[in-house]
Amino acid sequence: MITLEHVSKRYPGGSEALSELSLGIEKGEMVFLTGHSGAGKSTLLKLLALIERPTRGQVIVNGQNTAKVSRRRIPAYRRKIGMVFQDHKLLLDRTVFDNVALPLVIAGMGRRETARRVRAAIDQVGLLSKEKLLPMALSTGEQQRVGIARAVVSKPELLIADEPTGNLDPELSLEIMNLFDRFNEVGVTLLIASHDIELVRRMGRRRIVLHEGRLQADSGADGQLHGTV
Amino acid sequence: MARSKNPRAGKIGIQGRILGYLLRHVQNLLGALGGLCRQPLASLMTVSVIGIALSMPAGLHLMVENGRALSGGWESTLEWSVYLKPGVSERRAQALADELQGQPGIEKVTVITADQALEEFRTGSGFGEALELLTDNPLPNVLVVQPSADSESAGQTTRLADELKQLGDVDLVQLDTAWVQRFHAILDTVRRAVTLASAVLALGVLLIVGNTIRLDILNRRQEIEVAKLVGASDAFIRRPFLYLGLWYGVGGGILAVALVQLVGLLLREPVSRVAGLYGSDYRLLSLAADEAGLLLFAGAFLGWLGSWIAASRHLRDMDPEF
Repeated sequence: MITLEHVSKRYPGGSEALSELSLGIEKGEMVFLTGHSGAGKSTLLKLLALIERPTRGQVIVNGQNTAKVSRRRIPAYRRKIGMVFQDHKLLLDRTVFDNVALPLVIAGMGRRETARRVRAAIDQVGLLSKEKLLPMALSTGEQQRVGIARAVVSKPELLIADEPTGNLDPELSLEIMNLFDRFNEVGVTLLIASHDIELVRRMGRRRIVLHEGRLQADSGADGQLHGTV
Repeated sequence: MARSKNPRAGKIGIQGRILGYLLRHVQNLLGALGGLCRQPLASLMTVSVIGIALSMPAGLHLMVENGRALSGGWESTLEWSVYLKPGVSERRAQALADELQGQPGIEKVTVITADQALEEFRTGSGFGEALELLTDNPLPNVLVVQPSADSESAGQTTRLADELKQLGDVDLVQLDTAWVQRFHAILDTVRRAVTLASAVLALGVLLIVGNTIRLDILNRRQEIEVAKLVGASDAFIRRPFLYLGLWYGVGGGILAVALVQLVGLLLREPVSRVAGLYGSDYRLLSLAADEAGLLLFAGAFLGWLGSWIAASRHLRDMDPEF
């Protein structure tokens, strides 16, 4: 699903955020990306979302070389990837329903089909009773669940999340992770960046550890790290 | 993410897509109008500025049109006064008139005899008593020559005047209505000035709409970034702003038409009073339906273009972050 070949990213005037990074993620995998802040987790996700372009190397997502996606084609490319953010990036002046519907509205889906899918997605994150509320009326954990519903509403095969539990307490964090688990069970490939090492360890999934832009350790599917943490 | 699993593919036919596309445009159109109505004061200010900017060239244009219509009545009375030399007899004058009457380029020749002229002057000028003191009539016989309608171009009439001057009995040839031509020249100048002013004001409207839309875009930066993150194209994000600009322009156009008509209505009464004093039944022209339509269209187009320029400029460098 995701292949990185000798990927480096250098920001203008800064040091290398990623250097010579190579890794592969198979279809249907659920992978955690960990490391200290500044290790390059966000940069890697930005390369996948085509918010940034690599300085060197190749990023291949679902068989598509991202270097060949022109600026004009970026929106269509992004519509195939679900994204979850630490600050959930909801529109505060729109209801839960409208927030979740946004990707489908953008894709030009019909009204009835949109409503059906949005309700299904909101139901999956357990917020069906709150579809008419504004995000500010929800708790932080609920807001993040709305963000997740928006990410999965268009049924993407790949979901990337940047510190999705960064603002949540341990209990809510686990709840969110279990939600991701369920999506993985139905075949969604997930790449989740998190610095919550304890939580990640509990999930028992593959872990990729970055350190100063380089691959420090990569566990197997069992989550057991063989390198140094 | 094979193409067949694309959530959209296969489910919606081409008809459905066109229908959906039109539906989205209508939604945007109405949505933009709703947005305007939610901020009535700010919207009204912008619309007013556009309306005033548009009404100025429209008003000036109407002024020029009125001037043309007014002078059109005078143009047909363009005529030459041919003063014959003193001592040329009334009979000779009449013979000359008959001779000229048949010539090409001349519509009509009327003789005003010295006696007729004196009588007219006596009654019309108020110098009647002074004229009593004169022992003999100092006025010459005059031929009033009206060029034919098809020879009204300036060159032809001037040539005709030159020909008349060559005649032995003619003392002086004077164009009574030279000032009509001057008035026309002035009107042409004003018309050109109106065209230039229209261009400048159109540019002003573009800037007004562009700036309003720019502020709107900056206010909604967060929303735009989120939309970009979930895969909205620039065209999708730009569309509501284009319709917003369109509404600003249409609103401005309507206001401009209303303003011009209102001013026309307020001036109608005094103008017809002035016209009445000059013995004319001239009525002030107001905007014709096609002119009003053109004004609306100009407003809509400028609003759309202004927001297109602003949106294209600013949406491009609003790339999302996380």
